[in-house]
Parts: sequence; structure tokens; C-alpha cells
Amino acid sequence: MALSHVFETPVSGFNFENSTRNILLENVLDEGKTKAPKPLKTGTTIAGVVYKNGVVLGADTRATSSEVVADKTCAKIHYIAPNIYCCGAGTAADTEKTTDLLSSNLTIFSMNSGRNPRVVMAANILQDILFRYRGMIGANLILGGVDCTGNHLYRVGPFGSMDKVPYLAMGSGDLAAMGILEDRFKVNMEVEEAKTLVCDAIHAGIMTDLGSGNNIDLCIITRRGVDYIRPYQESEYKQRRQEKYKYKPGTTPVLTENIVPLELELVHEMVQTMETA
Amino acid sequence: LTTIMAVEFDDGVVIGADSRTTTGAYIANRVTDKLTPIHDRIFCCRSGSAADTQAVADAVSYQLGFHSIELDEPPLVQTAANLFKQMCYRYREELMAGIIVAGWDKRRGGQVYTVPMGGMLVRQPVSVGGSGSSYIYGFIDSNYRSGMSKEECLRFTAEALALAMERDGSSGGVARLAAITEAGLERTVILGNQLPTFFSA
Repeated sequence: MALSHVFETPVSGFNFENSTRNILLENVLDEGKTKAPKPLKTGTTIAGVVYKNGVVLGADTRATSSEVVADKTCAKIHYIAPNIYCCGAGTAADTEKTTDLLSSNLTIFSMNSGRNPRVVMAANILQDILFRYRGMIGANLILGGVDCTGNHLYRVGPFGSMDKVPYLAMGSGDLAAMGILEDRFKVNMEVEEAKTLVCDAIHAGIMTDLGSGNNIDLCIITRRGVDYIRPYQESEYKQRRQEKYKYKPGTTPVLTENIVPLELELVHEMVQTMETA
Repeated sequence: LTTIMAVEFDDGVVIGADSRTTTGAYIANRVTDKLTPIHDRIFCCRSGSAADTQAVADAVSYQLGFHSIELDEPPLVQTAANLFKQMCYRYREELMAGIIVAGWDKRRGGQVYTVPMGGMLVRQPVSVGGSGSSYIYGFIDSNYRSGMSKEECLRFTAEALALAMERDGSSGGVARLAAITEAGLERTVILGNQLPTFFSA
């Protein structure tokens, strides 16, 4: 069944319906006392670097729910196309869904045209989606990939702004990561140097920011293919379990046992034959 | 937010901008290109919200390209400026965009049109915009002369941008300049340490 809404003809002009609706809802519900729910942020450090033969993307793996670590092995580098990957910071659900939507759109494009998608196309589609929602979708994305025109790294902001840059860090740990990148980035680095640089940048974010931590994932994209190393570096603070958490049968004593048979009455019987032709 | 500037001279226009984009107090991009091509000989300088101006510039590029193909000749700078004005005025409550449209066309040569926030459209021989523009109105008013050559315009723009970037916290980085004439387009970048220097206390 072809999903017609994927290639829907866009209505001309800008559509601000959703943002006016949100403001109206806030005013109507509880006479303005109810505010729109605050979206949950992951707290992240993500970084990307363009090197001689491609792009290296890196991310930490911690997802927090306020002050508790909800997921120690969260995957923040999302697949977009065989030659394009995307790191996401901001609201976890938004980055997940937006990158999924982008990936589906580009797959349909690839099938229609028979080509690998270009990174600039992915960035433009993301810009369109995010601008339409006026910043309500909290997705800060680092888009990196290799296509026939070269190696590219784009930053797409939640309001729909796009920057094309050779190196980049985002998330709550971005200030620390950016410090490392500003200090050691050079044009046309070799792959090992680039991997070490991104790893160190994420590591700086993990050390400095409470919302980032655990392992470091790396994704190296070249013309020949993608190397998704998960995890590239494991956290040195992994704790081994102190005790076993499996209990033997019989650990809990049974005090009483009471068996009550359920009486069922057959009311109606219907047989529908399946077509096996 | 920015400092942007455009100057008309006999054969064309010179446009310039700084390269800083900020989110709050953090510089998100220190090498931004705020001079966006709309057509072969028409550029726009963007100030205000990056997302809004990128979206408006994309929409106008499309409309102008379509119009140019229909006409089968290069579009007028005034047409581009009017397209910007229509969009910025209609959505004036929702957008935060101050744009300077500059370029060359066959009918009127080099032209500079300014479309500030709110959606006004006016043609001026020299125009500045963005948060850093407040600091250089005096310099512009006292140093602009009509009939300057391209090199004089480039130096005038570079000095004005350097002064604004020195005083405005939201402007900085490198200075990007472009000269648009009938023959074509020349882009230059002046790195931070190569900018003209002035008296500093």
C-alpha cells in the first residue's frame, strides 16, 4: 500500500497553525495555569569531524530521566541512509522520530531514483520539517555523510537553521567537547587521528557534564562504507554486580494453597474456514 | 545578532557581513556565511533569526528562479526585493528577519534595497543592518561619498564592518565581502587578524 502522505504536495506559504493552537490550549486549559508539558531531554555530548577520506561521528550513551540514568547504552547515532548517519541531541523522542521520518523519505527517494541520497538533501528535508513546527520539535542534529560531491557535516537546529561546518559538537556537554575540537582540529586528518580526536572530545563532555556518560560510540563513514563501532570505548567506571539476582525455586515459603476451578459455559460456537488456495 | 552592509557604486554593489551566529551567549558558528545568493547577480544579506532568514531566502530563491525562467531573462533586483518584502510583511508577527537585498541588473545597474523587520521596502545607496549597525551609523554618514570605485567601496565596507565587530558583542569572526557587477561576482574573506585596526582604548 503506497503511503501517499510521504510525497504530499506542500501547501504554499508558511503554516503556523500548530503554534497558535499551542498558545490557545495553554490559555484555555485551567485559565492559563496549565503549561505545555516540558519535554524530557537526554543530556548528551555528540560530535562530528570531517577528515581526509570521510566523516567521523561520535556520541556518548547515557539517557537520563531527571537525575536517574534511564539507559546506560542508548544509541544516539541514527541510521539515515547507507551513506548518511545522524547524531541527535535534545528531546529523545523527537530526535528518534524525526530521523526515522527522514530515513523513510530518503529510502523512497532512493528507490524512485536509483541513487544514493546526498547529505544536503537530508539536511534540506530536516530543515523543512523543523521550521514548519517553529521549534516545538526539540531536535538538535548533527548530520554527517559521504556522497558523490564529497564529505559533509551539517548542523540542523530545532528552529530549522542549518550550518555547514568542518567540525561540530552539540548537546549539554558541547562546550567541553568544542574546546578539544577547537584546539586539535586540522584539515585533512588521517582516520586514526580523527577517531582519537572525536573520542577525546566526547570524553571531555562525559567528564564535565552530568548528563553525559557511560560508553562512547563512533561511526566512521567513508566512500567505501560505514564502520559503526559500538562501543568504541567503554566507561572505566563500570561496576560489576555484587550479588546474583536469580533466586532458587523454594526461596519463598508457601504458607497456604487454595485451588478454585473456573466453570465455563459454551454459549456460541462459530467456525470460519480460512482460504488456503 | 549580526552586522550586515551593502553599498552601491557605478557598475554594481559591494556587500559585506560578519560571521558570528549565537545561541544566547554561545557562538554556535564562528564562520557563518550570511551572504546568500538568490540568483546569479542578486544576493541577500541575512540578519535576525538564522532559521527564519534561511527559510525565507530559500522560498524567495525558488520564486525568483521560477519567475526568471518564465521571463527567459535575468530577474530585476527590485523584483527580488519585492518578493522578500511580501513575505516579510505578510508574516511580520511570526518572523524575525532583517534583510538587505543587493545586486546588479541590466535596467538599473547596481541597487541596494533594505527590508528591515516589519516588512518595509526602501532603496538606499548605502544600507546597514543587524545589531552591530547601531555603532556605525555615524561612520557611514560621515564617510560615504557617491561615485566611489569598487576598491574604495570594498575598503569602506571592510572598515565599517571592522568597527562594528569591535564594538558589538553579537558580531565578530571573519568579515565576508562580495562585489557584484555585470561581469560576475568576487567573494573575499578577511580573517580576524587582518581586519583594519583603529584606535582602541
